[in-house]
Amino acid sequence: MRRIGVFICHCGSNIAATVDCAKVAEAARGFPGVVYSADYKYMCSEPGQEFIKAAIAQEDLNAIVVASCTPRMHELTFRKTLANGGLNPYLFEMANLREQCSWVHTDKEKATVKAIDLVKMAAAKANKNEELTSSTMPVHKKALVIGAGIAGMQAALDIADAGHQVVLVEREPTIGGKMPMLDKTFPTMDCSACISTPKMVEVAQHPNIELLAYAEVTEVKGFIGSFTVQIRQKAKYVDHDKCTGCGLCETKCPSKVPNEYDLGLGQRACIYKPFAQAVPNKPVIDPLHCRKLVDNKCGLCAKVCPTGAVNYQDAERLFTDTFGAIVMATGYDLYPWEEIYGEYGYGRFPDVITGLQFERMVNASGPTGGKLKRPSDGQEPKSVVFIKCVGSREPAKAKGYCSRACCMYTAKHAHQVLDKIPDAAVYVFYMDVRAAGKAYDEFYEATLKDGAVYLRGRVSKIYQEGSKLIVKGEDSLLGRPVQVTADLVVLATAMIPSQGSRELAQTVGFLPDLDGWYQEAHPKLRPVETPTAGVFLAGACQGPKDIPDTVAQAGAAAAKVCGLLSKSQLETNPMTARSNPAICSGCGLCVAVCPYKAIQLISLADRDRYGKRINRTVADVNHGLCQGCGACTVTCRSGAIDLQGFKNNQILEEVDALWR
Amino acid sequence: MALMTEANWEPKVLAFCCNWCSYSGADLVGLNRMKYPENVRIVRVPCSARVNPQFIIRAFQRGADGVLVAGCHPGDCHYSTGNYYTRRRFLVMKRLLEFIGIESQRFQARWISGAEAVKFRDTVTKLCEDIKALGPQRKLRDQK
Repeated sequence: MRRIGVFICHCGSNIAATVDCAKVAEAARGFPGVVYSADYKYMCSEPGQEFIKAAIAQEDLNAIVVASCTPRMHELTFRKTLANGGLNPYLFEMANLREQCSWVHTDKEKATVKAIDLVKMAAAKANKNEELTSSTMPVHKKALVIGAGIAGMQAALDIADAGHQVVLVEREPTIGGKMPMLDKTFPTMDCSACISTPKMVEVAQHPNIELLAYAEVTEVKGFIGSFTVQIRQKAKYVDHDKCTGCGLCETKCPSKVPNEYDLGLGQRACIYKPFAQAVPNKPVIDPLHCRKLVDNKCGLCAKVCPTGAVNYQDAERLFTDTFGAIVMATGYDLYPWEEIYGEYGYGRFPDVITGLQFERMVNASGPTGGKLKRPSDGQEPKSVVFIKCVGSREPAKAKGYCSRACCMYTAKHAHQVLDKIPDAAVYVFYMDVRAAGKAYDEFYEATLKDGAVYLRGRVSKIYQEGSKLIVKGEDSLLGRPVQVTADLVVLATAMIPSQGSRELAQTVGFLPDLDGWYQEAHPKLRPVETPTAGVFLAGACQGPKDIPDTVAQAGAAAAKVCGLLSKSQLETNPMTARSNPAICSGCGLCVAVCPYKAIQLISLADRDRYGKRINRTVADVNHGLCQGCGACTVTCRSGAIDLQGFKNNQILEEVDALWR
Repeated sequence: MALMTEANWEPKVLAFCCNWCSYSGADLVGLNRMKYPENVRIVRVPCSARVNPQFIIRAFQRGADGVLVAGCHPGDCHYSTGNYYTRRRFLVMKRLLEFIGIESQRFQARWISGAEAVKFRDTVTKLCEDIKALGPQRKLRDQK
């Protein structure tokens, strides 16, 4: 039987002015299990807590009710008091007399009646409270970073610099992501490759980083502290231990295909490195186009390779490893505008390109060597039109969100056109100019001074007339239609989550938002964590971002990982769901509702009623994953699952007490 | 019929509030010193999806005149998807209660965020007013 002590707090006059605390304390003495009650001016103060501790000892109390402010304020304070007084901290219950009684009522008599009810409910629950203890889980001091763009590289470097082991997985043959594709970065106009490629080298050479390029995560099991991850190393067909990266094979390969890295503007061989500064700086063979692998002809690369590194029999390899934390850094792709923008030609006009294609074109290491050329005839464009918000901020047609970086990179592109072709005419069709970052607006103003013409309005149609493109739109500030004859049109297409990121989220065990971006655990207070404990977010996989924001978020995610990996074990929250295998029927309904994949069906050796050995399927809750929401408890038809701290009988007891 | 004629009858309304949104919304009413009727008693639950329909039936059996279930807005659930289950469960629950003769005003499920003090106050004030107009709930209570 519980010996409950009830402590009523005056909170100065906050509670005492509207509630007769002495009367509540007196009434409490009559509740089942209550052996002691008292009221005091400030229960949370040092003397107040000492008072509780003394009462625990003197009155031999084994459950405590404090009636004061909201438990959201002081539940933890009083749990510690109980622990200091020698009681299990979960033998505690709180009645909210301040925020939900004295502060919202004025009639002292009625408020006192309500306060008595609230204490009665808390005492009834305290009667059913049980000792709960948290268990510990080991933490594997190794982190997995998925995606090696600037976000993943930065996160990996920060974690590795803190002294922890990191495995960095990248599905492309090179790390670096989109940043090395860019020419210059706004607003400082520093060369993108010059600041990103040294980072790539640093990642490759870091003693704490194991780099797995051309590999993918295929399966994730386990939970915070010990994720067991299966990684698939794709077949490279080149032995990177033997290969010296001389590049002879690339020059001799007779099959050429459009280079993904140049977004189709250039060509590459079928044994290739995506770009000159790729890391690892060794080639792989494209199995879809290589004539040896497709038709078993050619084989030239193996013949010319001075070290005999080419191996056409290479196969993919699966292996598993265990990690304490996972950082998602899968980045973004661009909206497939060709599929829905009929008014811009569905991609039929070669001189309508995207901003990223423009970056490759204007990049000195790109397919045109940094010269601006029309893809159709190679001529220098004299009139360039930029269209912003293609796919962004268009909920009826594409995406409702703003892609954040386009205003600035379009301003940069406009500046670059005017820089390279001084007599060019540059027009920018825009909805708003969002230049909110540090030194961003100054950059936009400078572009205007350079001579870029900003036209506020949408483009309704682009069509070809001879070799020119006619761009029809509206200038909504002047309220009249405009028509521009253009040599080149550049679309600022929306960022979308990278291909396959939704499936990857499911593999890792969390849900993306409606647009497919990875959902953070809290939009304000937990921006780099996912709802799945131990999985963190870095960069554009969480939402559109520019480079400075991406790097900052990667650092934040790394700090969270370091905090986790600095512990050798984790304490679990004991207020989690428990399944009783004796009455569980193994229907699996709880498995489906659990948002944390915390429940699994397991096979349990048992005997049937004749004593014969059988195997029964029952639900098993993983306490490392369970967050204690209780959704499973309601789903369970046999009542086998209950939530510690909020058990069915505890809540029902509260309900019953109110009318006792 | 004795209860109906009692002049000083005051309804008792039970509110199940999720810890992360509605319970903190109710706290915010207090912090802002807004007022609502004294008839409401709040039970804190981790998530609105923790509220078993059995709890509501039990409250009505014991003598509750009204029950409110309040949780985070759809899409804002602290546990990602809990309130979607709440929404489905209580759509069915509401129809069941109506079917067995409980006036529809007596049972409400509402989305109240941690910032919506005004919504919490207005919701419970309206609920209490509606129930005062209906009189005591006698359909399910153990002692009539």
